[in-house]
Amino acid sequence: MMIPFEYLEHTADVKFRAYGTTPDQMLSNAAAALFGAMISPGQVKVEESWQVELEAEDLEDLAYQWLSEIVFLFETESAVFSRFQVALEEIEDGKGWKLRAEIGGERMDPERHSFLAEVKAVTRHKFAIKKNERWCIQVVLDV
Amino acid sequence: MEIEKIDDNIYEVPVGYRPGMRVPGRIFVSAALREMVEPGTVDQVANVATLPGIVGHSMAMPDAHLGYGFPIGGVAAFKEQGGIISPGGVGFDINCGVRLLRSDLQARDVQPLINTLLDALFQAVPSGLGSTGRLHATDRQLTESFLRGAEWAVEEGYGVESDLDFCEENGSMPGADPSQVGVKARKRGRPQLGTLGSGNHFLEIQRVEEIYDQEIAKRFGLFKGQITVMIHCGSRGAGHQICTDHLDVLSKAVRKYNIDIPDKQLACAPLGTPEADHYFGAMVCAANYAWANRHIIAHWTREVFDRYFPGSQLQLLYDVAHNVAKIEEHRVEGKKERLYVHRKGATRAFGPSRTEIPAAYEGLGQPVLIPGSMGTASYVLCGQDKALDLTFGSACHGSGRVMSRSQALRQFTGKEVKAALNRDGIAVRSTSPGMLAEEAPQVYKPSGDVVDVVHNLGIATRVARLVPLGVSKG
Repeated sequence: MMIPFEYLEHTADVKFRAYGTTPDQMLSNAAAALFGAMISPGQVKVEESWQVELEAEDLEDLAYQWLSEIVFLFETESAVFSRFQVALEEIEDGKGWKLRAEIGGERMDPERHSFLAEVKAVTRHKFAIKKNERWCIQVVLDV
Repeated sequence: MEIEKIDDNIYEVPVGYRPGMRVPGRIFVSAALREMVEPGTVDQVANVATLPGIVGHSMAMPDAHLGYGFPIGGVAAFKEQGGIISPGGVGFDINCGVRLLRSDLQARDVQPLINTLLDALFQAVPSGLGSTGRLHATDRQLTESFLRGAEWAVEEGYGVESDLDFCEENGSMPGADPSQVGVKARKRGRPQLGTLGSGNHFLEIQRVEEIYDQEIAKRFGLFKGQITVMIHCGSRGAGHQICTDHLDVLSKAVRKYNIDIPDKQLACAPLGTPEADHYFGAMVCAANYAWANRHIIAHWTREVFDRYFPGSQLQLLYDVAHNVAKIEEHRVEGKKERLYVHRKGATRAFGPSRTEIPAAYEGLGQPVLIPGSMGTASYVLCGQDKALDLTFGSACHGSGRVMSRSQALRQFTGKEVKAALNRDGIAVRSTSPGMLAEEAPQVYKPSGDVVDVVHNLGIATRVARLVPLGVSKG
């Protein structure tokens, strides 16, 4: 079975690789890796959902926007997430990509939620997407 | 190509270490600290050396460690003509910085009340992940904080006019352009004004343990046994989002202006282009927001001290930025030139010849504030003119990590770390006890070693060592 994501050693920040048989699955798993760096998904109930729609010229820019959007939603909605479902669509004539996603989670509760780290932002350092037998994205988070 | 030791505490990364380097790199470390510099950090120093218009050297301060884009502890200056500006040289937490307040109180008088005081500070200064403030700033107030920073905070009744003399840039950097701050950054920034945040940010009650230079300490208002308060925080979600948004724009600018960058986080634009101007204008907004933020937090800290020690005078000793790009005049090959100096995890350390230092410290140099990690000593140093020749007037900003966060989480629990600190007589308050583990004192280099290098190089000289009595963490 394919692992959804793995964390790699980085002295100051958090580095991970997320995988998928499709780019959609890879981006869902990347979001789970990002949020998993902050809080164990077992602590998060899925009580509400949030919809995200994004567009970008290429897949890499779209992935960057998507992961940054999760950090933005976490702060502005005061919510924690554990379920990410991404659906991608190529815009006609190769003009770019569209992303639609549903995020499941709940409002933050300091009594119940214990955080491991705060992800400040998604960096572009060594940010890369590759497709071999499967899709892979590498990300370094600023924590 | 090998890294070469060219002097005590100076190592050179030669041109050719990686392709495209325009200038050599310089890493300022002792032989012992050199062992702790990872190959990735050296690569990052070399990467910065490839950027257009870089002047002198791509530098790393003694606390250098692996970052993204620039290394942490990275300093580089770029020519106004032909140079660039890059958020990779500033970081996401724009104007993360340190402020030191000095009191007229003796540690022996404060120690018995330390827990009460810490509880009150923890209450008065909102902290933690995504923490929102007591302030509830309006949109208009947010814009004013972007434009005028600490100056605006004083007008609103936080702190006093004379505080402004003791902030780098007087707490308000010119060039802010709020029209370049997006809706998302405003949405994150508005509720967070007046909050400490989390991670390595802290508010600490300290005791002056040792004075190294009596004369300078006296002028800075420091004495042995004195209580000081250190505040370490930045521009919160506003700064993070401004960096994120402009990184997107600058990634496109790199293609547009055909700049070859070795790391995507070094996305940049040539100075004088709209993309560069827009990023600079937005970055200044975040820098000013951070000064306002530290000003507000300092005000609430004063209120708490006044409650328990009526009439206690908490005076601002100094406030430094350690993640910022600034336009400064420096001597290049004998001629004065305006340069864009990027300091990422590095502190300005101007000596007595500079006009930017406060009148009260005339003839001395600016205070250089180097926070320790949680539970370890912090240092006050005094900037020296030699820094202008060696490092464009820069010093280190902390002690630098040696252990990754995941490794720290495997080795320690938050509970153990807290208990160990308590055994050492250091009280701790934290909104996320689990996060204490990754900030355990052991994950950082010994702060004294890093400070020794700065002192021995003559960039800044040791003035005082401060030890923590109580720490409030996010």
